[in-house]
Amino acid sequence: MTLVTATRRSAQRAPRATGDRRLPDRGAWFLVLPALIPILVLSVGPLLYGILLAFTDSQSGRTQPTQWIGGLNFRDLLHDTLFWESFRIGLVWAVGVTVPQFLLALGLALLLNQKLRLRWLARALAIIPWAMPEVVVGIMWRLVYNPDAGVLNETLHDLGLAGGHDWLSGLGTALPAVIVVGVWAGMPQTTVALLAGLQSTPRELHEAAAVDGAGAWRRFRTVTWPALRPVALAITALNLIWNFNSFALVYVLTSGGPGGRTRLPMLFAYEEAFRYGQFGYAAAMGCVMVAVISLLLALFLVGRLRGGDDA
Amino acid sequence: MRTRTTTRIGQYAALLAYLVFLAFPFLWLLSTAFKSPRELGSLHPTWIPRHPTLDNFRQAFDEQPLLHAALNSLLAAAGAAIVAVLVATPLAYVMARRRTGLTRAATGWVIVSQAFPLVLVIIPLFLVLKNLRLINSLAGLTLVYVVWALPFALWMLAGYVRAVPAEVEEAAAVDGAGRARTLISVVAPLLAPGIVATGLFAFVTAWNEFFFALVLLKTPEKQTLPVVLTHFIGAEGVADLGPLSAAAFLATLPSLVVFAIVQRRITGGMLTGAVKN
Repeated sequence: MTLVTATRRSAQRAPRATGDRRLPDRGAWFLVLPALIPILVLSVGPLLYGILLAFTDSQSGRTQPTQWIGGLNFRDLLHDTLFWESFRIGLVWAVGVTVPQFLLALGLALLLNQKLRLRWLARALAIIPWAMPEVVVGIMWRLVYNPDAGVLNETLHDLGLAGGHDWLSGLGTALPAVIVVGVWAGMPQTTVALLAGLQSTPRELHEAAAVDGAGAWRRFRTVTWPALRPVALAITALNLIWNFNSFALVYVLTSGGPGGRTRLPMLFAYEEAFRYGQFGYAAAMGCVMVAVISLLLALFLVGRLRGGDDA
Repeated sequence: MRTRTTTRIGQYAALLAYLVFLAFPFLWLLSTAFKSPRELGSLHPTWIPRHPTLDNFRQAFDEQPLLHAALNSLLAAAGAAIVAVLVATPLAYVMARRRTGLTRAATGWVIVSQAFPLVLVIIPLFLVLKNLRLINSLAGLTLVYVVWALPFALWMLAGYVRAVPAEVEEAAAVDGAGRARTLISVVAPLLAPGIVATGLFAFVTAWNEFFFALVLLKTPEKQTLPVVLTHFIGAEGVADLGPLSAAAFLATLPSLVVFAIVQRRITGGMLTGAVKN
């Protein structure tokens, strides 16, 4: 899933060994249907149904029939300052997590690509954030941030810096604090994807550049980066989407508090749908989230790809 | 290539920083799990518990129905993993071996399904499952997990199928094996390691999943482990730290063990899936 762009490039190069193998059509349907039916009923169907719901006044547990109300939900949404504040927080969170995640993962991947001792340990440790349930990640960092029993305040205290912060309930510190957790939780996947990309760059090219006297930075820019770019773009785009849509981490860490400072759009929509029962309105929020994220992503990818032509 | 000593030292320092950053929250969780309530209340917490105790683990089981929740998680995750692999393998085979409008649509769905916010899916899913009387039921949750695991499973399995040379199948056909026989007794055994890895990965993702479980399961006796874990945190965000960390640690163990087993294979599979698509 992660390496979509890389895919396309190599697809052109690699000859397709197994192109048009004949398969009797009836047999093919028999193979396809068991997966296709659940996909249609529980994924494609609900998705389309969800988009339709955005144009209705559907509510939970109501006795009157649901009615079409056209674009009324969207008009209300336009004036819903709370939602747009949540949306802004969502964007800050998504970018704030994705960018450091990428830079840190790139650094780690470059290190792991070297012949260093303890490399195995880093690989083993990187599994922890990846394999952990998100709920446990949230619980764990609550312990780290805990004002009294937390290790962060204690370390700050030992270093002679002012301790006693209540990180997750401070108005100014809550969002940065949850962003750090987001970075920590998503780093391993990004690292593994980038490492795989690095290992497919030709080593000879590196050595040739070194013989020609190119420094480390120059080698990175001219040899490593061009080869890594497709993977980097794909994983960053995916991270951006995943982070924007994330829920469990922040739900456990702060449940959107203090005062809505960490209320990501997903949390907002969840509350709207399952606390207040406004299904139609929440579906409209989902639609807006998809639309804006697709737009941003398109801009990001077009910009990046065009930048590539100049380089 | 020879690398200068200063560069090496810098590299090791950086690696060490990464190791600390990755490991310390988990070590702190472990440390907290073995501390007594008195020690947790003390002003200056230490890394090594002064009086290590197992009380937190006992208390965790007393406070919340952990075993029952673990059983629910196990049923949903194992059921989803098995069904997902069973239905995904044939489709992945067709996707890998044939290019038709349908397989292209399936590939498109695999990618697009990554982009949609769950909230847009969960509301209609909730309504659909309600009509099928599958709300607050493990069967309903398992069904959702199956579909939710499919994109990744299809991606991985299609990669593994491509790694099986078509000549193997041709040879079987020449020997007079029918289509079904070829698939069952020639292709399936070759795919077995990949199928197992994909299934285990699907198991871990379902075991860890929170959002669907939170929305779809209402009564405590139906809830899965991640949902029950959040019950340790009270309404005001005040938590009983000791039992909370003990339970969180126990809930993580299965994921860590299974993931450690399949991680390498999954990483490899992600690449084969990507490169040869």
